[in-house]
Amino acid sequence: MREKVTNILLVGVGGQGTLLASEILSETFMLAGFDVKKSEIHGMSQRGGSVVSHVRFGREVASPTVPEGEGDVLFGFELLEAYRYLPLLHSGAKVVVNDYRIPPPSVLLGQEVYPDDLVARIRQRFPDFLLVDGLHLATEAGNPKAANTVLLGAVSKRLTVAEEHWLAALEKMVPAKALEVNIRAFHRGRAL
Amino acid sequence: MERAILSGNEAIARGAYEAGVLVASAYPGTPSTEILENVINYSEINASWAPNEKVALEVAIGASFGGARALACMKHVGVNVAADPLFTLSYTGVRGGLVLVVADDPEMHSSQNEQDSRNYAKFAKVPMLEPADSHECKEFTRLAFELSEQFDTPVMLRSVTRISHGKSIVTLAERVETLPPPALVKDAPKLVMLPGNARVRHPKVEERIVNLSVWGSSSAINRLEMHSAAVGVICSGVVYQYVKEVLPEASILKLGMVHPLPHELIRNFSSKVKTLLVIEELDPFIEEQVRAMGIKVVGKELFPLCGELSPGRIRAALEQGGLLPKSTIAPVTVEKLPPRPPNMCPGCPHRGVFYLLNRLNAYVTGDIGCYTLGFLPPLNAMDTCVCMGASISTASGIVRALPRAEQQRVVAVIGDSTFLHTGVNSLMEMAWNQAPATVLILDNRITAMTGRQENPASGFTLGGEVAPEVNIAELCRTLGIRHVVTVDPYDLVATRQVLETEMARPEPSVIITNRPCCLMKGECRFEKGQLLAVDPDKCTGCKACLRIGCPAIEWQPSGDGKHGKAYIDPLLCTGCTVCQQLCKINAIN
Ligand SMILES: Cc1ncc(C[n+]2csc(CCOP(=O)(O)OP(=O)(O)O)c2C)c(N)n1
Repeated sequence: MREKVTNILLVGVGGQGTLLASEILSETFMLAGFDVKKSEIHGMSQRGGSVVSHVRFGREVASPTVPEGEGDVLFGFELLEAYRYLPLLHSGAKVVVNDYRIPPPSVLLGQEVYPDDLVARIRQRFPDFLLVDGLHLATEAGNPKAANTVLLGAVSKRLTVAEEHWLAALEKMVPAKALEVNIRAFHRGRAL
Repeated sequence: MERAILSGNEAIARGAYEAGVLVASAYPGTPSTEILENVINYSEINASWAPNEKVALEVAIGASFGGARALACMKHVGVNVAADPLFTLSYTGVRGGLVLVVADDPEMHSSQNEQDSRNYAKFAKVPMLEPADSHECKEFTRLAFELSEQFDTPVMLRSVTRISHGKSIVTLAERVETLPPPALVKDAPKLVMLPGNARVRHPKVEERIVNLSVWGSSSAINRLEMHSAAVGVICSGVVYQYVKEVLPEASILKLGMVHPLPHELIRNFSSKVKTLLVIEELDPFIEEQVRAMGIKVVGKELFPLCGELSPGRIRAALEQGGLLPKSTIAPVTVEKLPPRPPNMCPGCPHRGVFYLLNRLNAYVTGDIGCYTLGFLPPLNAMDTCVCMGASISTASGIVRALPRAEQQRVVAVIGDSTFLHTGVNSLMEMAWNQAPATVLILDNRITAMTGRQENPASGFTLGGEVAPEVNIAELCRTLGIRHVVTVDPYDLVATRQVLETEMARPEPSVIITNRPCCLMKGECRFEKGQLLAVDPDKCTGCKACLRIGCPAIEWQPSGDGKHGKAYIDPLLCTGCTVCQQLCKINAIN
């Protein structure tokens, strides 16, 4: 049998920074010596639409997309989108979601309502669920813009890759002047 | 050797660099755009945007005729535009190696159709390589240039969205430095395709395809991976990766060259396995040819013709066909949720225009760009959209079929990049034949939909150098349009007035809007206006401001759910004032 590949899904709304986060994940896994593949859609869907990035690592990775129902970790940047993509996961998956809501067009127009019990619904299906107040923790770390890095820290805690590789990837991918805040934000998340 | 995680597009650019390419040209189109955007980072390569794909390919052809290795890149539908030069280039062959990269979009993540470019390779009788990951993107690009020169042929390299926008690890190499320098060499029998010369070239084309098929049967580009003899799969590209996930025990013939097929190798493989499957995305391209060889295969009777494949879709098809046991794991399901389609950005200068077109009950022949989103509710103001440039010519055609009262409602809407791509020819026709429709050119100074690439009216090149800019208004006048008006699309009153006047006019006219894309930075950057807020004491909850579908405006229902008020998100508002102009009671300030 082949060795198990770890499957991560990053989901959110176009423009939220899922792309950069998936780059940092990929870089980390490469630095840790794994084979890595990732896949995402650019273009049309990025104009405020629903987005999903797939990142996979292991000794050898074939498909760049996560086979349906085999997601191990869901990294959600927005609640509704996190919920939307649950079918990509297996029942024992870990779920880390930013406590953040962006109303979709039909909600903005008052035609539909944003479901208010998503947190409970996710928790009921996925006991290994962490809701992160990314904005608040990032503000405490020094910059609300580092919310994604807080989440990254929380996700890192749920994967078996040594801390040094995460920090090296951050150093490589984050602009020098923002690095310190981002490392602080990362640790805030990793402590959760 | 140095390793990097690259996207397929970055790896193709790297491959072009390593192959010693000197000239590269492209027109943007998802998922191919980032190839040229990465090529420009290699200072050894002269890389530039062309106004359309035909021109891009011809620029590459010229460079090749001059003896340089040359690259042209486009999305699948771009090859339709470039097909004319492609088919005759097949006859002339090349001097310097020429590679045409085409990125297909199965599933139409960002496209108007999902045509399968492999048919073009067969139709034009040129070889086509198909990489299965980023490392192969780079290696196959290098190899494509060698093949191009060795077999005197253009070579197509086919990618798909999952390859172009997927990332994997690539081992980098040095640039080839030993190529002969470009020079002018006269060779009319090869390069002047008049009937007499072309008749001599055609047999060479047929011979070339046979030779390439023989080469393919012994080259490492097509690879046998023998495991179980029970099931064998012929596949290529990203589908190969899916097959490895779903059928780890199966034997695989992985094709790196999908045209021409390596007939001998296929025969050999088919004789070694009991059940032969062809698993391929979109058309039964390989399957039909294998069947024509008299070999029994299982293919599209199980696997879908439409959309992209995935490990899950392949598994489902195999379960359906009894080739895999049915899965017993109950999938996680979720209830129906509010959808989240893409939307125009807050402050987008296209928004107010579509609001007005809707109010004026216009029949909008649309085109392709960010403005195609004007089709979505609540704007609902686009009635047709076929291909780039078609807005103007379809308007010209539709008015010919209509009585005057209906003609007045027809407005063609097109972006600046699309106008310069193929819209100019259409407007020439409309002016020449005096078709009485109104053309609205939404000039946001950039090719926004594909990620803000420069175009001939932007005033800049791909490399960021200042360039002559097309004066769109003057161009329209030169084409013979007598009424050309420019208007500020944020000024709803003025825009409405111009639209009413021009729509009523019984002859062709052009309206040009003049606000830059709200994501523009640098020289002609977008300037934010004063942020707006709803005064909750004044807001009557009439919902007038919601009719433009701005992502910055949210309906906040009151406790009883029946009433409510609008709210503007200060983080999203750009101060464009369009909503303010719709508020009759001045509650937005
Ligand atoms: C033949 C062809 N080439 C490329 C594309 C990809 N494409 C879609 S829209 C577009 C350009 C849009 O630019 P513009 O007309 O300026 O409108 P904007 O998005 O800026 O509003 C391109 C290049 C396509 N659909 N068809």
